[in-house]
Amino acid sequence: MTAQFEVQDLSVELDGPAGTVCVVDSISYSVDSGKVLGMVGESGSGKTLSVLGVLGLLPGGARARGSARLNGRDLMALKPRERRQVLGKDISVVLQDPYTSLHPMLTIGRQMTDHVRQHLRVGKSEASDIAVRLLHEVRIPDAHTALGRYPHEFSGGMRQRIAIAMALACGPQLIITDEPTTALDPTVQADVLRTLRELQLAEGLGWIIISHDLGVVSALADEVVVLYSGRIVEAGTASELLTRPRHPYTRALLDSLPDAGHKELVTLRGVVPSPANRPPGCAFHPRCRFSTQECAEKVPVLRELADRRLLACPVDPLRKG
Amino acid sequence: MLKQPLTIISIVIIAAWVILAIAAPWIAPDSPNYTGFAALQAPSAAHWFGTDDVGRDVLSRVLWGARATLPASVILVACASAIGTVIGVVAGYIGGWVDSTLMRITDLFFSFPAVIFAMAIVAALGPSLTNSVIAITAVSWPLFARIARSVVLNIRSADYVLVRRLLGGSTREVIAMDVMPNVIPSVVVVGALYLGEAALLFSGLSFLGLGVRPPTAEWGAMISEGAAHFNAWWMALFPGLALMSIVVAFNLLGDVLRDLLDPTSGRVVTQTAATA
Repeated sequence: MTAQFEVQDLSVELDGPAGTVCVVDSISYSVDSGKVLGMVGESGSGKTLSVLGVLGLLPGGARARGSARLNGRDLMALKPRERRQVLGKDISVVLQDPYTSLHPMLTIGRQMTDHVRQHLRVGKSEASDIAVRLLHEVRIPDAHTALGRYPHEFSGGMRQRIAIAMALACGPQLIITDEPTTALDPTVQADVLRTLRELQLAEGLGWIIISHDLGVVSALADEVVVLYSGRIVEAGTASELLTRPRHPYTRALLDSLPDAGHKELVTLRGVVPSPANRPPGCAFHPRCRFSTQECAEKVPVLRELADRRLLACPVDPLRKG
Repeated sequence: MLKQPLTIISIVIIAAWVILAIAAPWIAPDSPNYTGFAALQAPSAAHWFGTDDVGRDVLSRVLWGARATLPASVILVACASAIGTVIGVVAGYIGGWVDSTLMRITDLFFSFPAVIFAMAIVAALGPSLTNSVIAITAVSWPLFARIARSVVLNIRSADYVLVRRLLGGSTREVIAMDVMPNVIPSVVVVGALYLGEAALLFSGLSFLGLGVRPPTAEWGAMISEGAAHFNAWWMALFPGLALMSIVVAFNLLGDVLRDLLDPTSGRVVTQTAATA
């Protein structure tokens, strides 16, 4: 069976003052319809760029290579015009910050119906009906009046619900949420995620959650991909990977989660190296307490383990644990 | 804000000049180019602003002079802001080498003193009203290009622009719906502030003999003629006052518009506000 959405060997290169930098280094992942893929990594690990690269919306000076097939159709080979017909219709993205992702000068109604009219080729009133229905689904009270209002009249959580409604308006098959709740406070976070989850299950959508929050990912994802400095270091089913991490980095991420059981919080020293000065060999080796000579010399290969898990660590110190 | 005295003063002065300019042929006591009066008469009941060295009524010429300065300033600001906006938006939106090229050209224009550069252009094209407007437009557009570009740079990286693209929006939609509504208020404010400058530059060229050809009534040219007759102070004073009043009024108008459109002034007129 082929996956609904399949990214293969995606690389993103960025032209900088110091030459070309490979920010995303041939990563591959896939999502099936109705499934949730969590993409985890610290800031600067290339999560967002890997999505923008697939969608052809990289900022100037950046290029993407590889393929991204949605139902067998390679998005990265599409002409800009064809791609515009896919964006917002078959694939939708919800961005991180609802305070900046809605146009401050346009009414909610206008923002919600523009792309609906364009993608579904419907008239104004039909598009409004769709918008009202979606606002209901994301539980915006009084959806009819909401259409005539401006973003600043809504709270952050409400705005994110509106952004989600916009993303779902044309009935996409895949939704990508880039840190969708990071800008919201925890209670609102849970609420917004619950709404998204219900809609995703009801429509059988593929869902990619980009997040640095393992709590969010572990609660929702079926499969998890862990990125470090633009490379996949570990991937596998959420239940396996999050209970029995094999890569020292995944382990460190999990250890740094606040947890009622732990007495002391384990922290991971240092920061993700910028792709421009990525260390040779395994990018994580300077921060890894298991690193060996080999780690500093050879870029580890992502190999498949028995339980459908992918691991890029030659040492594999956590094999037994 | 609209009730503040300065606002009212500027609007009254501008409105008065507009009316006077339109009505000049009917309300001016004499023809601006009728030379039949005694030369160099001091202001009197018959000639409120006196007469000039060739026996023309200064009041009539001041009124007719508004018919040159006002439309010329407005037209040249309109042209300069339109050209500047297009260049600035293109440079800011496309970026890369297009941006660098256009902005270096803009810098090139900026690096000359405006009056000298305008003089050079008029000298090359030949002095006339049209050519002086063209010359001032040519030295004025870089200001608008820079402003438009800086606004575009801010907007281009805004999340809601990315959202429009993520939902399948085209470049044309981004420019029409996201970029222009943010650029236009800034350009309008600067344009209004620049009207005074434009009036001064225009009169300045005429003063130097590079603008409107004699005998056409124009304030700068009249001041220039008056400067040659120091004892006939009225020849230069009245067109000078006229020019001063309109420049001050334009500047006040610019300030008012800036406050009105400025998000931080607390009166959000358009929602540009949050992002501009």
